[in-house]
Amino acid sequence: MDVTFLLQLIINGLVVGSIYALVATGFVIIYKATSALNLAQGEFLMVGAYICLNILTKHQIPFWQAVLITFAFSALLGVIIERLILRPLIGSHLISVIMVTLGLSSVLKALIQLAYGTDTIPFPEVFPSDPVQIGPIPVSQGYLYAIACVTILVVLLTSFFKYSKIGVAMRATASSQQVALSMGISVKMMFAISWAIAAIVSAMGGILLGTIRGGIDMSLSFMGLKVLPVVILGGLDSIIGAIVGGLVIGILENFSGGYLDPVVGGGAKEVAPYVALILILMFKPYGLFGKKKIERV
Amino acid sequence: MLTISNAEVIYNRVILVLKGLSLHVPEGKIVALLGANGAGKSTTLKAISGLLKSEDGEISSGSIEFMGERINNMDPENIVRKGIFQVMEGRRVFEDLTIDENLTVGGHTRKDSTSFKRDKELVFDYFPRLRERRNQLSGFLSGGEQQMLAIGRALMARPKLMLLDEPSLGIAPLLVQEIFQLIKTINTEEKTTILLVEQNANVAFSICDYAYIMEGGRVAMSGTTEQMKSNDDVKEFYLGIGEGKDKKSYCDLKSYKRRKRWL
Repeated sequence: MDVTFLLQLIINGLVVGSIYALVATGFVIIYKATSALNLAQGEFLMVGAYICLNILTKHQIPFWQAVLITFAFSALLGVIIERLILRPLIGSHLISVIMVTLGLSSVLKALIQLAYGTDTIPFPEVFPSDPVQIGPIPVSQGYLYAIACVTILVVLLTSFFKYSKIGVAMRATASSQQVALSMGISVKMMFAISWAIAAIVSAMGGILLGTIRGGIDMSLSFMGLKVLPVVILGGLDSIIGAIVGGLVIGILENFSGGYLDPVVGGGAKEVAPYVALILILMFKPYGLFGKKKIERV
Repeated sequence: MLTISNAEVIYNRVILVLKGLSLHVPEGKIVALLGANGAGKSTTLKAISGLLKSEDGEISSGSIEFMGERINNMDPENIVRKGIFQVMEGRRVFEDLTIDENLTVGGHTRKDSTSFKRDKELVFDYFPRLRERRNQLSGFLSGGEQQMLAIGRALMARPKLMLLDEPSLGIAPLLVQEIFQLIKTINTEEKTTILLVEQNANVAFSICDYAYIMEGGRVAMSGTTEQMKSNDDVKEFYLGIGEGKDKKSYCDLKSYKRRKRWL
């Protein structure tokens, strides 16, 4: 077995996986806080990428500023969607909420098509293109930046939920809305914040994908579907699970692409995550890190 | 401090639970609200704290005034900010948060971060068992410790009025004594006014200044603790001591009739 090839696959897997992890984190945050499954998560990613592209091409400002502005826009989008579409649905059946987010994903996709067309648009090059040698293998700098960005964002998020007052209040709301109300927490505010955060992390994922691929198009929104095996593997309500799940699915995908595709003649890469999804559901229906209910005896 | 006059509460627009309830909680006192299951005690507390809304209930008539201000149907978060904090029935700690985090959430409405830390220590002084385990998940605490945490969490909000819903529920008798003594201490030292809902009349009388007995959504009887304790009906129905000269039997249906008389 060729070690360089294996390492290359692992690195590719980690990069793609870390982006999955980001999007899945957004998904989990919304699920935890509002118990809604947001099937428009992939579209959040796509919209984020297009916003950033727009800012970068129209105004000549540094990449990092563009990213921050994109974050602001995404947060606003998340809050507006929560306020106008999801809040009236509080208390209604989970299926209706899922259907609405599904509809939302079509609408967002259509809006982007309306504005930008369906062709692939080149994404400005932001990271230097010459690869860095790590041991025996060359790694593109974009990959390293991507992993760094994801790591920073994940650390920020974890400390937000662990140490900040609002983060802890959000977890309390996820634990019991009524008790949170009795503490004087504005549950509506917590819902809005979780949608904003979910939109921000997805947008980051979209921007990173744009820089790595060098161009963006509608297919970015398929990332939303990939998130399902990730969150099911990690457990729907666990952020750590989303991260581990993202990395595992990313590597799995690249392994099956690298080793199975030559054998079966292509396509294994696309199918592998969903095969994994079915297997996980058979053996560990709550995922690897799914919530274990504390029962006192 | 808190005055409820002729409050009516309706759930789901059809079920009338409180049928013209009036009560008064004077500042700095402990007032107990006693009564059988379904009398409307918890509903009364939820009407005050605004949590009714989350259960599809509303105050359809009458008024609830706190420090001279009408707080009917206000949002719970605003009521908490006014200084009323409800400790819900069944402890309801956030099980997947640590003890420390639970206390942080309790003080969510507070702005001052310096006295916030001091208050956490104060809570741990009241409940030393919580200090040893402050970084553990609160779901692993025993029932009594969870009740302590629930009360400590309420203290973090520095409320003027604390509403306690059955703090003795599901807790060993010895621990109940301890918790009630602590409630008394909090009342005297923190100057927190307390409205206490209880099934266990004995233990409630041991700390309260004034008591109301509710039946069928109304106040059936009220008085100072001494008056209540010496009342024959209260003795028989709530304290289980009765006349004492001869044992009552179930054939003696008179007692059930006597209960009706309060309506």
